[in-house]
Amino acid sequence: MAELKFTKDHECIHIDGDVALIGITEYARDALGDLVFVELPDVGASFSKGDSFAVVESVKTAADVYTPVSGEVVEANDNMPDDLDLIAKPLADGGWIAKIKISDPSELDGLMDEATYQDYIKDLD
Amino acid sequence: MLSQTALYEAHIASGAKTGEFAGYDMPLYYNEGVIAEHEWVRSSCGIFDVSHMGQVIIEGPGVAQFLEKLTPSAFQPKANGRAQYTALLNEQGGIIDDLIITRIAENKFFAVINAGCKFKDMDWINEQLPAGITMSYFENHSLIAVQGQHSEAILREVLGIETAELPYMHCLDPAFAGSDEIFVSRVGYTGEDGFELSVPNDKAADVWNKLNADERVKPIGLAARDSLRLEMGYALYGHDINDKTSPVEGGMSWVISKKTTGYFGYERVQRDLQNADKNFIGIKLTGKGVAREGAEIRNANDEKIGEMTSGGFSPTLKQSIGQGYVNAGSATGGDQLLINVRGRNIEAVVTGLPHIQAKTKSMKKKAA
Repeated sequence: MAELKFTKDHECIHIDGDVALIGITEYARDALGDLVFVELPDVGASFSKGDSFAVVESVKTAADVYTPVSGEVVEANDNMPDDLDLIAKPLADGGWIAKIKISDPSELDGLMDEATYQDYIKDLD
Repeated sequence: MLSQTALYEAHIASGAKTGEFAGYDMPLYYNEGVIAEHEWVRSSCGIFDVSHMGQVIIEGPGVAQFLEKLTPSAFQPKANGRAQYTALLNEQGGIIDDLIITRIAENKFFAVINAGCKFKDMDWINEQLPAGITMSYFENHSLIAVQGQHSEAILREVLGIETAELPYMHCLDPAFAGSDEIFVSRVGYTGEDGFELSVPNDKAADVWNKLNADERVKPIGLAARDSLRLEMGYALYGHDINDKTSPVEGGMSWVISKKTTGYFGYERVQRDLQNADKNFIGIKLTGKGVAREGAEIRNANDEKIGEMTSGGFSPTLKQSIGQGYVNAGSATGGDQLLINVRGRNIEAVVTGLPHIQAKTKSMKKKAA
């Protein structure tokens, strides 16, 4: 059973077995404004929890996307740089930037569920 | 505590997202986003609050000669009403600020200086002031830029100001500078036809709201102001040019008078005209990605030859563009480059500036 989790930095994570599909939330997209490019990680690259593994470029700025879990990139969404609208889709429906193989499932414990994240962003405004 | 311009309430009412710029809380963009604002200026008309910039009047007998000491441009031959883009230079020939100076009377000039430089500039000018010449800061005046192809019609129809005969880089009614009347100059930072309106603060919101009510007009934030100027290859002070850069290096040689010799930094400027250490170039990315300030410029052999000083996505060209400095003679128009962004090389090419053609009017007065 897949599960959605969220970070304070506005990444969203779809957990599918031992793989995390990672993207950014609507809140993050609104804050960035018009997106113009996504820089993807290399397949096979390893990241530790909290590392920047991708960069989302808007007209205004370049924003790092941080992985909430340690592990190896098993797939990068090669369609995304040519079709930036994908990033607004649900993670499992093409909105993921990369898939990372979860090396330490206990790292998921600190992440927010959807209701908690919605409360969190309400307090930010 | 951030400063606010006289138009702050109007921005909030228009849904502005604001951010700090040079100590002011300024609109960065409004509801429709940066690309929509950028395209609106290129196709219709945008209004920009640039009241954070400094407006000063320098006057007194011999003030034109004084300006020929502060800048490398000729001011004695300037006709009344003529505006000149130039640079305030320090003793080493570095750029203290870039600015537009307009002659508004025989012995009186109006200058618009960058927000982040205005107090530094005024301190510098005050230190240099000869007896009999004074400088006044018009803090009680806002500055509204109206930019885009409909600007002339909008000034006529909304404000009753006729500019059909006004050439580019000229002001209307020089006597209005610093007065209670709207002082209009045909200048801008977008490459479009357009104007800057100096308006007393107590009238500024009324002027802004009248302009904003016209369906051809939208308010534009500082983010689109930056992407618009980047397409024109205009320098942004503190990024593309600074107090170490000479106007020759900064691609501003055209403002340097061949006749004046008494300005600060003359020797450095002459040396750079013969043999500058670095060249300012335009860059267009042909590979995917966005390169910004600080990205390394490398030649086709992957050797570092310089650094980008501005860069970003061009909404008009739908690709990433920028500008920066390379070692003198190391790159010329059409050369292939590699721009290193976070450790990855993106293919690019040296381009002429501006990236897109300016639509500003002729600077020549129409024959009578």
